[in-house]
Amino acid sequence: MAATAKDLNIREFPVEENPKHHYLNAETGLKSWLFTVDHKRIGLMYLASIILFFFVGGVLALALRLELWEPARTFMDADTYNRVFTLHGAVMVFLFIIPSIPAALGNFFLPMMLGAKDVAFPKLNLLSFWIYSFGALFTLYSIAHGGVDTGWTFYTPYSTSTGTAVISMTLGVFIMGFSSILTGINFIVTVHKMRAPGQTWGKLPLFIWSLYATAIIQVLATPVLAITLLLLIMERTLGVGIFDPALGGDPVLYQHFFWFYSHPAVYIMIVPAFGIISEVISTFSKKTIFGYWLIALSSLAIAFIGFLVWGHHMFVSGQSELATVIFSFLTFFVGIPTGIKILNWVATMYKGSIDMKTPMIYALMFLFLFSIGGFTGIMLGALSVNVHLHDTYYVVAHFHYVMMGGTVFAFLAGIHYWWPKMTGKMYNEFWAKVASVVLFIGFNVTFLPQFIMGSQGMPRRYYSYIEQFQTLHQTSTVGSWVLGVGFIIVGIYLTISLFSKANKASSNPWGARALEWMSSSPPAHHNFNYTPVVLHNPYDFHKPISEFRLGIDGSGHGEETESKVELSSDKA
Amino acid sequence: MLETINRLILPQVSSTFAADVDGLFTFINVASAIILLGITVAIIYFSIKYRRKSEDDVTPVIRYNTTLELTWTIVPFILILIVFGWGFRGYIDMRTPPSNAYEIYVTANSFFWQFTYPNGVQTTDELYVPAGRPVKLIMQSRDVIHSFFVPDFRVKQDVLPGRYTMAWFQTLGTGEHIIFCTEYCGTGHSQMDAMVYAIEPEEFDAWLREQRELSEQELPLAVLGRNLYQQQGCAGCHSLDGSPGIGPTFQGLYMNERQFTNGTTRIADAEYLRESIVNPAALINVGYNNIMPSYAHLSDDQVAALIEFIKEIE
Repeated sequence: MAATAKDLNIREFPVEENPKHHYLNAETGLKSWLFTVDHKRIGLMYLASIILFFFVGGVLALALRLELWEPARTFMDADTYNRVFTLHGAVMVFLFIIPSIPAALGNFFLPMMLGAKDVAFPKLNLLSFWIYSFGALFTLYSIAHGGVDTGWTFYTPYSTSTGTAVISMTLGVFIMGFSSILTGINFIVTVHKMRAPGQTWGKLPLFIWSLYATAIIQVLATPVLAITLLLLIMERTLGVGIFDPALGGDPVLYQHFFWFYSHPAVYIMIVPAFGIISEVISTFSKKTIFGYWLIALSSLAIAFIGFLVWGHHMFVSGQSELATVIFSFLTFFVGIPTGIKILNWVATMYKGSIDMKTPMIYALMFLFLFSIGGFTGIMLGALSVNVHLHDTYYVVAHFHYVMMGGTVFAFLAGIHYWWPKMTGKMYNEFWAKVASVVLFIGFNVTFLPQFIMGSQGMPRRYYSYIEQFQTLHQTSTVGSWVLGVGFIIVGIYLTISLFSKANKASSNPWGARALEWMSSSPPAHHNFNYTPVVLHNPYDFHKPISEFRLGIDGSGHGEETESKVELSSDKA
Repeated sequence: MLETINRLILPQVSSTFAADVDGLFTFINVASAIILLGITVAIIYFSIKYRRKSEDDVTPVIRYNTTLELTWTIVPFILILIVFGWGFRGYIDMRTPPSNAYEIYVTANSFFWQFTYPNGVQTTDELYVPAGRPVKLIMQSRDVIHSFFVPDFRVKQDVLPGRYTMAWFQTLGTGEHIIFCTEYCGTGHSQMDAMVYAIEPEEFDAWLREQRELSEQELPLAVLGRNLYQQQGCAGCHSLDGSPGIGPTFQGLYMNERQFTNGTTRIADAEYLRESIVNPAALINVGYNNIMPSYAHLSDDQVAALIEFIKEIE
């Protein structure tokens, strides 16, 4: 292998520590951010936006939990409560969690992990961000104009008859969908066309595989949401009878359309999280990932099966019994690839060298919480049990275990994993660990009682409830305060790390092997000042790290070297 | 012990479906708990046993193990087939009412339930059923989607506008059970509860006859109005004791000066009350929303009866 490398003039490129020039100071001024085509800056702008919306959604959640302290009114009326839970759901789903990992961390790291200078279409990438912002403005407009009280699902005929700002809200979601589609297309093309010489599909980091699977779902499913929301808007404004039975429509058709997008969207939310977990567990176990291909392909399998199970949201909706049975049967098949992933991650730790740093703690918490989310998903897929549990707090607890215990904890793992790379600064490890434990406790205290309430029959989206449920509701509310405190701690030590001078991060603080760690911290303006060449699997911790910093001299754009590099058949 | 836990986290077992649903619920919980425990123990054990001892630790290269991968594909596969089959069987029971089931028509409204019995008797928010006999509900919504849920029965079915949906159950004995609306339907969604009263079949027949006779009697207008107040669901939003609800209370309403969202005021005389019943959107009281459906389908006598009833609530 060394001989091959010599023939092609491949050499090791040392990484610059504490770089003077990097992407953050390459250009300055507001314009250099708003009109940047640098995927890293766009990633950071997404990151700032989603953190803002996570904060908004979180405050709304705290308000909901507080209102549920008393069985009847605590401090807001029913209409306000209905608007608040709708906004909490819509903000968290459309403004936070869907763009969270792909658009923020994905944008930043996908090109770097491929050894590329940027995504395939940098300007399209900037356009995605603008479209997202424009859509978000519509959402803010609808909040200012009385909000929406339909639930984030906008079910008809309620959504066509309520007097609230449904049109501006759905238009906002419609617009943001294009941002999602464009990001998806950009990622697919980038993965196909911009991989470093030698980086075959079998040498892709698993985070890339997960983003690739996600991008496919984004491109295929989002247009259906767009069509659905347009039909809804047409029905509201023009009286076209698609969903309203009074006009000859069918309200259950809306649910089919909506979940045809929104179920795959669940995988848009969780599959990128799988990618982070693969990176983190392998790095902090300092060990080759176990079952690389199974983890990689199970993401694609989940993406595919995810398109065939939307009807499991509708077991009691009045859809045909035959459809219900088929959807239940198919639903269980999502469980298999998901279970395979979890067990492969656990197996990766076997005989590893486990360094219990903050990202690893979050990843292990993810394994525990997401497993509970998965098992309760099996519960909800079981037909006769679903009839009892559907639309109760059991479902609320289930999807929070998946979306928050899963995606948000993985997102936290990713943030802590890549923070030194993105910012060039190290956070306080002690406080990071404290916060992770606080969040873990807070999360379980908030959502475990909701499983019990749901099993007992407490329906979701209830402003008031019967007194039997008060103790459990109050426990859950107390948990939400603990969660709030946890996030405040995270916010504080991350902010401090940005402004502190003494805590400069090295280029590769975790000893990882993937390409993004072979750039400086923070990365250079164009990521690499050479063309990286990949010889090994990104999880080959048994190979010396110097063999992961190889490259070919050049402008870094690879024009003159592209043709002569033929390493893709490497057998490492 | 499992039984004790189930009693803590599940509602009472009151229909023929409940035991089977609870059995599957328990099976999934136990199987999940065992696997989750295994995963958790493995994570903790590995974290301690294989903790990093030095920065130069060398780890073995283990890329794949076919036996392991097959095991954790096939074992879950078998488990999910069991879960699917068990859930399927229970679901088919829930969707197959016996042909001798007693049929009751259900109309869901924002935010109350109306039940119509074969002999024409109508009740609101109170569903009387013969205990131990199969009962089939033929349901329809008058406005948006609602969902009929009785936790004690493990029965739930969405109720749609413009078409019938069906649910059925057979109680295990007499008793009272709460009904929830479980499809979000607006302001009063969480107050859209009702009760099932399962009574002895003979008692049920007697009750049905009694209700029938009651509705045939010539009643004074105010008494008829009180019945309508219950039957038509007015009680869901308008209290009689001054307590705040989704709509204004009826207490002291008659001849009271009302303030409206368009800035005008008016004395709540009979004409105002009539208009508020048949065309509630015309004037909206300050502090309330325009959500009341029109009751223009009531007869003139019925409207008059309601007004006479409201007059008496001082």
